[in-house]
Amino acid sequence: MAILILADHDGAAVTQPTRSTVAAGAKLGEVHLLLVGEGAATAAASASQIPSVAKVLVAEDASLAKRLAEPTAALLVSLAGGYSHLLAPASAAGKNVMPRVAALLDVQPISDVAGVIDADTFVRPIYAGNALATVKSSDPKKVATVRAASFDPVPATGGSAPVETIAAAADPALSSFLGAEVQKSERPELTAARIVISGGRAMGSAENFAIIEKVADKLGAAVGASRAAVDAGYAPNDHQVGQTGKIVAPELYIAVGISGAIQHLAGMKDSKVIVAINKDEEAPIFQVADYGLVGDLFKLIPELETELDKK
Amino acid sequence: MKLLVPVKRVVDYNVKVRVKSDGTGVETANVKMSMNPFDEIAVEEAVRLKEKGVVSEIIAVSAGPTAAQEQIRTALAMGADRGILVEHDGVLEPIAVAKILKALADKEQPQLIILGKQAIDDDMSATGQMLAALLGWGQGTFASKVEIADGFATVTREVDGGLETVKLALPAIVTTDLRLNEPRYASLPNIMKARKKPIETVKPADLGVDVTPRLTVLKVEEPAKRSAGVKVGSVAELVDKLRNEAKVI
Ligand SMILES: Cc1cc2nc3c(=O)[nH]c(=O)nc-3n(C[C@H](O)[C@H](O)[C@H](O)COP(=O)(O)OP(=O)(O)OC[C@H]3O[C@@H](n4cnc5c(N)ncnc54)[C@H](O)[C@@H]3O)c2cc1C
Ligand SMILES: Cc1cc2nc3c(=O)[nH]c(=O)nc-3n(C[C@H](O)[C@H](O)[C@H](O)COP(=O)(O)OP(=O)(O)OC[C@H]3O[C@@H](n4cnc5c(N)ncnc54)[C@H](O)[C@@H]3O)c2cc1C
Repeated sequence: MAILILADHDGAAVTQPTRSTVAAGAKLGEVHLLLVGEGAATAAASASQIPSVAKVLVAEDASLAKRLAEPTAALLVSLAGGYSHLLAPASAAGKNVMPRVAALLDVQPISDVAGVIDADTFVRPIYAGNALATVKSSDPKKVATVRAASFDPVPATGGSAPVETIAAAADPALSSFLGAEVQKSERPELTAARIVISGGRAMGSAENFAIIEKVADKLGAAVGASRAAVDAGYAPNDHQVGQTGKIVAPELYIAVGISGAIQHLAGMKDSKVIVAINKDEEAPIFQVADYGLVGDLFKLIPELETELDKK
Repeated sequence: MKLLVPVKRVVDYNVKVRVKSDGTGVETANVKMSMNPFDEIAVEEAVRLKEKGVVSEIIAVSAGPTAAQEQIRTALAMGADRGILVEHDGVLEPIAVAKILKALADKEQPQLIILGKQAIDDDMSATGQMLAALLGWGQGTFASKVEIADGFATVTREVDGGLETVKLALPAIVTTDLRLNEPRYASLPNIMKARKKPIETVKPADLGVDVTPRLTVLKVEEPAKRSAGVKVGSVAELVDKLRNEAKVI
């Protein structure tokens, strides 16, 4: 039986975490991608070029437009018969829908899969990534979300899978969409960026984040934040990196004025190279940093911006 | 209307857990246990709804060992009215917890159930969504704002690109995110009062729920450790290392 993956897309293409999920799914069998919601057909045309995808399913019914959990889960359940595994990226969208699907199928979901051992056996982090559990599922079907940072994304082009339009399942009509406040940014998406620079409580204000943004733009980096910075209103909620925010593993992670609490480390300690800038040389962040720089960020970050221009 | 708030006993968020040397799990003996932080936020939201007159009774439920009574007492001290302990000594996966909560919801008929978005031990982030499915209710997960009026819950959710608002017909499920509220500390008089509030104890079997786990934990290991690197003396040295040693910029 094939593997069905619920894709995240922006109306033009599927997200990079979706392509990481395809990489995980390809270890298990033939991958079919399901795109739902506004713009799904356009994104499907692009998704059909992903080499390791055998088929793309598209559902654009009005009830699915905003990808509400209830009708999306109902659709997945209606398709489940033909699949051994139902996967999605462990994004806010995937985490919202997949446990609902699992319960409707009487299956225990497996959240945040970081390794695929075989069709029944998966590795997942627990306790803020301080332990890795290898779990074997006895359920006849597996429902799981995949941690994008743990799988290299498959390429976006090179294949040509057929696209099939499908109908929605009966809409449970339990909820309706009222609106969204979406942060539009020219910078790369946090979970897909090659470089991330994050600010902590020490930034002191939303305005001060501008010095980090300038460096981010020089590096083509995404901007992240600690929970303390988000709670204080210095950065938007979707910038939070950590156990209960986004999990990132870029090639370079720069932590600025962040102490390095376990909950924050859980979200970034798999980065290839970590830089910490902190005025307290005892800050725990230095224990995971490849390069540490001790000093006042308000002096060092503008200096960094200038230094990047040199050469 | 009645409100149900499930609270989980977990290893305190300040504890750095250690993996057991035999690879069967993490060390939980003699470790500080607390209410899951997201559940404190759920209890706080429930109590605020009661203070506003929207909710008439708050029932705090925990599934777990006898000691989970402590977390129910904490919820009672924060303002919940009574507790239910679903006593069970082994592993309870979200599917089992969701079935237990469904059975209790069928009995108690709450209009709203507020759960944490995730428990900080197993980090599954699943129970609320599963319970919503089993009850056939709508779900407002990762909530940063909740308003109840005219038989509907309007829930602002923290999602990938920012915020999203959905409207759910009651009864419904809400799961809490960090920014929903700041939980209160229980005052000493309220802690005293909570001692007199009733806690009923039942077993999963009394509710007709089979809690046999679906996942077998084959092993638990420590992740690869990162070792501390070097301190650099200046921004110029840092940029040089990033360019020429790490080659990441
Ligand atoms: C349930 C729960 C979930 C959580 N989830 C997350 C999560 O997902 N992500 C997350 O990040 N946190 C999370 N936390 C919070 C976490 O425990 C920490 O409180 C938080 O990460 C601290 O943020 P911070 O490092 O910015 O602030 P602080 O710990 O206050 O550190 C600020 C740092 O800045 C340094 N500093 C101050 N001034 C300067 C200056 N001028 N120049 C240079 N350095 C300076 C200080 O030395 C200090 O090290 C969670 C907590 C709980 C309870
Ligand atoms: C290696 C390993 C060892 C384990 N050992 C044990 C063990 O010894 N004993 C044991 O009991 N479990 C054990 N478990 C199970 C695990 O700790 C969780 O209880 C279970 O998987 C539920 O996931 P979660 O708590 O992350 O749920 P989530 O879905 O993240 O929880 C979300 C919300 O659901 C509610 N909720 C969840 N559980 C409860 C509950 N029990 N009572 C009330 N409300 C709840 C809370 O509101 C919570 O905020 C083990 C798991 C692993 C991987």
